Amino acid sequence: MTGQTTVLAAEVPFPPSVEDFFLPSIAPWGQHSVWFTKITLLLWLSVAILIIYFLVSYRKPALVPTKKQWLAESVYGFVRNSIAVDMIGKEGVRFAPYLATLFCFIFMMNIWGIVPFAQISPNSHIAFPAVLAMISYLLFLYVGFRKHGFLGYLKVVLVPPAPWFILPILVPIEFFSNLIVRPFSLAVRLFANMFAGHMLLLVFTLGGFAMINANALLAPVSILSWVMTIALTFLDFAIIVLQAYIFTVLTASYVQGSLADGH
Amino acid sequence: MQLAEVVGSTAAIGYGLAAIGPGVGVGLVFAAYIQSTARQPEAARITQPFLWIGFAVVEVLALLGIVFGFVWANPLG
Repeated sequence: MTGQTTVLAAEVPFPPSVEDFFLPSIAPWGQHSVWFTKITLLLWLSVAILIIYFLVSYRKPALVPTKKQWLAESVYGFVRNSIAVDMIGKEGVRFAPYLATLFCFIFMMNIWGIVPFAQISPNSHIAFPAVLAMISYLLFLYVGFRKHGFLGYLKVVLVPPAPWFILPILVPIEFFSNLIVRPFSLAVRLFANMFAGHMLLLVFTLGGFAMINANALLAPVSILSWVMTIALTFLDFAIIVLQAYIFTVLTASYVQGSLADGH
Repeated sequence: MQLAEVVGSTAAIGYGLAAIGPGVGVGLVFAAYIQSTARQPEAARITQPFLWIGFAVVEVLALLGIVFGFVWANPLG
């Protein structure tokens, strides 16, 4: 069984495993292999919260903003000025809406990892980061093809300015690192951070239960383990914000690479 | 006589070894950033995105270690 169903039972399955990420479904309660799970619910919730929040806070924009409008404006302003314009340059304003959406969405999806009762991030399933990385990948490829033309962009990406005899080595390396590793590492970085964060919290929470069940003398250690869980939750919060930022910055930097005039 | 026994997966040892490189790398990235900021405090804002890019590129190696540990936990076939 999974962690959701047995966390309060006397026998806590101690080493948490990948199984703990596949929660039972919500609508027919507790079944496996039904698609409507907590992950689905959290995904819909994050989309709904973002849409409603930004619609409501921009409904009556005022010169002297209210708190809601101020928050929405400063998030967008942050992404626009210190990510889009700083990384890409003046043309970056065009990409600010996409980058801001990306930042807010990833942040919202990640923050579920530490919200009480939610406690798992949809991004700890590889599918969601993979789709986001694929969109960013297609975006910077498209921008590059638009700017340089098909062959021109391939030349920018694959052929660094180097003596001809070193090119047979460099071209495969550039191909591998620019066209294969980039989207893959974007997805895996976000996924693995959320996965590892959830796993750490599980290890320390369930570890506390496992120790107190094994021997009453270990109770102080299990309390220490739960205190560690709280500390790790704060660490997780830092990682959550950082990963949303890094994903956005890397996307901006790849777009900048596509827009740059050759090497 | 058996004095001690260790039970578990050697994947933990493997991941420990795999984390050495990224550990050193992340340390170098931040060391370089601190040094450059100490020498030129007004450059702190300019170099910050590159700090995070460098950090992210190095850190992904450690994260690949976590992921592949689970991917290959069950031997293929």
